[in-house]
Amino acid sequence: MITKDDIRDVAELCKLNISEEEVENFRKDFSRILGYVDLLKTADTDGVEPTYHVNSGTQPLRDDMVEDSMPVEDTIQNAPEEQYGYFKLLRVMD
Amino acid sequence: MDIIGLSARQMQEKLMDKELSARDIVEAHLERIEGIEPELNAFITVTREEALRDADDLDRKIRDGERLGALAGIPVGIKDNIITSGIKTTCGSKMLEDFIPPYEATVIERIKEEDGIVLGKTNLDEFAIGSLTDTSYFGATKNPVDLNRTPGGSSGGSAAAVQAQEVAVTLGSDTGGSIRQPASYCGVVGIKPTYGLVSRYGLVAVANSLDQIGVFGRDVSDSALILGTIAGHDRRDSTSMDMESIDYLDDLDEDIKGMRIGLPREYFDIDMNDGIRDRVMEAVGIFESLGAKVDEVSLPNTKWALATYYVLAASEISSNLSRFDGVRYGYRAAEYESLDELYMNTRTEAFGREVKRRIMAGTYFLSREHAEEYYRKALQLRTLIRDDFDRVFEEYDIIISPTTPNLPFERGAENDPLIMAESDTFTVPVNLAGNCAISIPCGDVEGLPAGLQIIGDRFKERRILKAGYAFERYLSTGGGR
Repeated sequence: MITKDDIRDVAELCKLNISEEEVENFRKDFSRILGYVDLLKTADTDGVEPTYHVNSGTQPLRDDMVEDSMPVEDTIQNAPEEQYGYFKLLRVMD
Repeated sequence: MDIIGLSARQMQEKLMDKELSARDIVEAHLERIEGIEPELNAFITVTREEALRDADDLDRKIRDGERLGALAGIPVGIKDNIITSGIKTTCGSKMLEDFIPPYEATVIERIKEEDGIVLGKTNLDEFAIGSLTDTSYFGATKNPVDLNRTPGGSSGGSAAAVQAQEVAVTLGSDTGGSIRQPASYCGVVGIKPTYGLVSRYGLVAVANSLDQIGVFGRDVSDSALILGTIAGHDRRDSTSMDMESIDYLDDLDEDIKGMRIGLPREYFDIDMNDGIRDRVMEAVGIFESLGAKVDEVSLPNTKWALATYYVLAASEISSNLSRFDGVRYGYRAAEYESLDELYMNTRTEAFGREVKRRIMAGTYFLSREHAEEYYRKALQLRTLIRDDFDRVFEEYDIIISPTTPNLPFERGAENDPLIMAESDTFTVPVNLAGNCAISIPCGDVEGLPAGLQIIGDRFKERRILKAGYAFERYLSTGGGR
């Protein structure tokens, strides 16, 4: 049973603000979603290996060569705030 | 001349024969876009100036007798979750409303190298999460076959643009059916290639173990043509496979006598529209008349596919979308007093409801308390689903099914995400297994298009294209006469 507190905790982990009225809506949605995916718990998967990637084990790797990276001007062109070629943020530490 | 009514390959022939210039082709399509977009909304951005400039460059190349690329003169639309250098790429989200990428996706580089002309960026569900193309920050797209219906999604803009003759071919992306389902609903051809056939460098990732870039066209040949130009290994995507380059148009018209076709029992046990079932069974009859051998086969783990997909996709979504934090690019909230508030206000203000729901569900599935029972369990079931397909493909060349169990939804109807998910019943297992599949129009039901899905083993695109081509030719010639 999903509680409103569960929803608040998950939202916090996701860095999302959820208003009080939304909490109840999300709780209802979540209950339905879990009611649906809980089907998985009835499957017998003893001894089955997980598949993270369908072609795993066949990844072609390239040599690790030093190359030019993207110019700083290009990298910061979409920055919401920028100063001296850096991304500008609030002071993180006092 | 009805330029926009030509196939991509016909446009190209007329360009080579100097019956048409690249400018004629591009202008005709821009005019169509201008005329129909206010109603249809298949595009988020139209790149008019760039397209006309590219057309003039190409006409100069033709005058100078230079070598031309495989897509010379063909107008292309690009789903707006594929990065285009210098051209806004929004993912249909307020989060990236003004984002102008400083680099190019590999598929775009290849299209340009082959002289394809990009006319714009097509609409999608926000971050390609959805099945209706109605969660875009830039408004919903309509279905050109019936404007009261949805085009499907998430690549609804790409499917609608091809059906409405705004462009000849488009790129989309398919994580659980996002190319095949809208192709079916809009009555066009859509291909989801094998995982690893096409580079994902520059595709904004939502669920990277499932995402694959693919194509739309009005027929199999056009779709095969553009698929051939974007396929192949890319050193910038280590999940793209080292394959010899393949010309998918080669041998496309070989007959399919002796082809072994599997009809999965479990797919036909599912509730579906009777008309769609009839069209698909007629298709089975056509394949038999063309000399294919059709048997019932079993994919016993199909029943787990939708829930497995929901858990895996949401988990990957929650992880991928954590990069949108308002720091380096994209939206940043105007008001905040701490770094944490900056993250929270930015994400709360710029993500839509469905995206938030998936992020939260995925975070829950991945949390320490629940990862074992949901995420890991789903990864194990994915193995069983993939093994099902591998077993069938030991004996069969292709598998056929409907693309969707239902006809396109009416617009504005109650959008229940779990019911919407059911329309992905036949498409989702293919992404979980990493196989390739094509959706081809197989006739109408109540005046709306139905789609036939042809599934192939990994990296056996030629088989599904050959089968699709034979089927399409049979329909277009009214029985091969």
